[in-house]
Amino acid sequence: MTVIQKQAENPIAHLSAEDIEIIGKELDTIRQEVRDSLGDDDAKYIRRVIDVQRKLELGSRAALLVSMFPPAWVVGTVGLSVAKILENMEIGHNILHGQWDWMRDPKIHSTTWEWDMASPAAQWKHSHNELHHTYTNVIGKDNDLGYGIMRVDEDQKWHPLYLAQPVWNFINACFFEYGIAAYDLELGKNLATKKRRSNPEFREAATQVLKKIRKQASKDYLIHPALSGPSFLPTLAANFTANVVRNLWSHSVIMCGHFPEGVQTFEKKSIEGETRGEWYLRQMLGSANISGSKAMHLMTGNLSHQVEHHLFPDLPSNRYAEIAPRVQDIFERYGLTYHSAPLYKQVASAWHKVIRLSLPNGWLAETTPKNAPAQIVKLVRMTTGGKKVRRELSKAAAA
Amino acid sequence: MTTTVPRRAPARPRVSLRDRALKLAEFVTTPLLPTDYLDLIDPLRSGADLRGRIEAVLPETRDAATIVIRPGRGWKGHTPGQYIRIGIDVNGVRQWRAYSLTSHLGRTDGCIAITVKAIPGGKVSNHLVHRTAPGTIVQLDQAVGEFTLPAERPTRVLFVTAGSGITPVMGMLRNHDELTDVVLVHSAPTSDDVVFGAELRQMAAAGRIRLVEQHTDSAGMLDAAAIAALVPDLHERATWACGPVGMLEGLEAHWATAGLADRLHTERFRPTVLVTGEGGRVSFTKNGTTLEADGATPILDAAEEAGVLMPSGCRMGICFGCVLPLREGAVRDLRNGEITTAAPGDGVLIQTCVSAAAGACDIDH
Repeated sequence: MTVIQKQAENPIAHLSAEDIEIIGKELDTIRQEVRDSLGDDDAKYIRRVIDVQRKLELGSRAALLVSMFPPAWVVGTVGLSVAKILENMEIGHNILHGQWDWMRDPKIHSTTWEWDMASPAAQWKHSHNELHHTYTNVIGKDNDLGYGIMRVDEDQKWHPLYLAQPVWNFINACFFEYGIAAYDLELGKNLATKKRRSNPEFREAATQVLKKIRKQASKDYLIHPALSGPSFLPTLAANFTANVVRNLWSHSVIMCGHFPEGVQTFEKKSIEGETRGEWYLRQMLGSANISGSKAMHLMTGNLSHQVEHHLFPDLPSNRYAEIAPRVQDIFERYGLTYHSAPLYKQVASAWHKVIRLSLPNGWLAETTPKNAPAQIVKLVRMTTGGKKVRRELSKAAAA
Repeated sequence: MTTTVPRRAPARPRVSLRDRALKLAEFVTTPLLPTDYLDLIDPLRSGADLRGRIEAVLPETRDAATIVIRPGRGWKGHTPGQYIRIGIDVNGVRQWRAYSLTSHLGRTDGCIAITVKAIPGGKVSNHLVHRTAPGTIVQLDQAVGEFTLPAERPTRVLFVTAGSGITPVMGMLRNHDELTDVVLVHSAPTSDDVVFGAELRQMAAAGRIRLVEQHTDSAGMLDAAAIAALVPDLHERATWACGPVGMLEGLEAHWATAGLADRLHTERFRPTVLVTGEGGRVSFTKNGTTLEADGATPILDAAEEAGVLMPSGCRMGICFGCVLPLREGAVRDLRNGEITTAAPGDGVLIQTCVSAAAGACDIDH
């Protein structure tokens, strides 16, 4: 994929400016209808999820107090993993989006909520709600695309370092919460120069992250194991496992949101003076859904409805399922592709893209069992050769 | 010669076992607090935010009901005539209102009660009277209010009430048997609309009070002069009045003319909006929200509409539960048109429930 503006067959060429504004109006109507119908049932829903999550976490941690018995370890670890996933996704992510602010309950409010994540809520809200949701899929503006460490688009020049990006991506998935914290801090950029390193604002933010990590880590890796007495080590292992499971799961779900093949990216220039209709359209083209059961939607924090979430990030997540058919209908009427597939397909598609882009443009597609030896030789030459070799070989490939 | 008093070493702050246990519990529950988990088990326990459970909703008239509430263990009790702020979720949205307490102090079950009259279009009052089920958990604040009897009880008392204005007075009548010479002048549209009608008439029949009922649908409203005619010794009585603003203002003028302003105690239920202005841009400096508010809408309403989590209370300018510092700008008091201004850096406390923007405002919240 390449930015939408440079594609030979632009998938939105058939839409007039008026069409785009009408799409915007239709989506505004859906949004208003949902807002007007929020009530007791919605409030009951989120309170119930929170209630179940807390009891599940307490129960699992209690079971882990005797985790030297294998059945207790298994039950406790599974329960804690599920509780951590619910806490991060259906509860934390969505509350921090302000989806439940309309209830005016100070205990369930985007301005008071804190979550079980390395990144403090306030920092995450800035990089996620303000940057990612505003500049979705705009190359150079939306750092969620590859988190600044990966090649996510054909238009980014290939470099041999990118060969390692599948490995990077996997390591990032295992320790995703720390990856997000580093990314919210813009760690790469801010550690690069002495001036940036000593900026008091950055130092303050970094201190907050370290403090939060210390608290989270002492709970999971010190206090809970210590309370388990002779089960110290199994409980420590259980907490580590639950954190990795949660990280792998949330990384997979989030990768499915904007990374599968077919999801569009945009040029920086293209969003200058963007109208509300155009913003909506960018969200429609830049997101992909995961199809599945109710349980799947709950466990993904309804990010399985990524399209609906990106159109209406502050509508309560329990409503995405009911508006999805209406949103899909708009896609169909205006000749746009509504990307939706089961989890395994979207994960495979996203990983395929990560691997494809770790290689020079076109390399993976051109490679067949027959020409494999020649292709490998070419790759080795591109990897070991200088810039000039790379330019010549990629030109030859393009021709 | 100077003598020196041996200075005692500053006492080291004692860390109790309970505090230490709490600290440890916080390490275990981070990023939440222990109370977030305890609330799941017992929302009324001591140490929790004050809440209550609605035990019963007892109809009083066709549009009024007494709500019996079991308060949490942190409840500190009240003085008859006081009110409480109650926060209840209506259609999923937390709403706060203030209502007078009407219960007997000596209830053996430890419950308290408020009496609510459903006002047309009233979101919370209608919900409480018509749609609240026993078992509902509500948020509470401790009782407050100055509309109470002094420790040295007056020998002769006059109560002037209208509509739901009877509620704080009923709180006093039920709990102050020592009052022997009481006149109650109460106005309601019809006989059936008199909240606590049967109980009041019984008190009158038993000779505890002299009851003057005015049914305004058929007999019209009473003004201060008419009340004076009905109660000849009015000037010798300590008077408590509660009802619509128009009635209270008439009484205040009458008492002031007679030079007896200090013998009249009043309680207002709703603010009167007198003067509106031009409005302006309101910024909440900590929250980061900026909104355009018109000159007739209280800042509290405008901010809640925009999704800001605001402190609030009676919504009529009496309880000061909504006060926030105005850092810069101007607001207009909707009750009298008075302008309050703040220069950059000031922290003038304003009541957001009765203040509208009068130009751009920065509010510290």
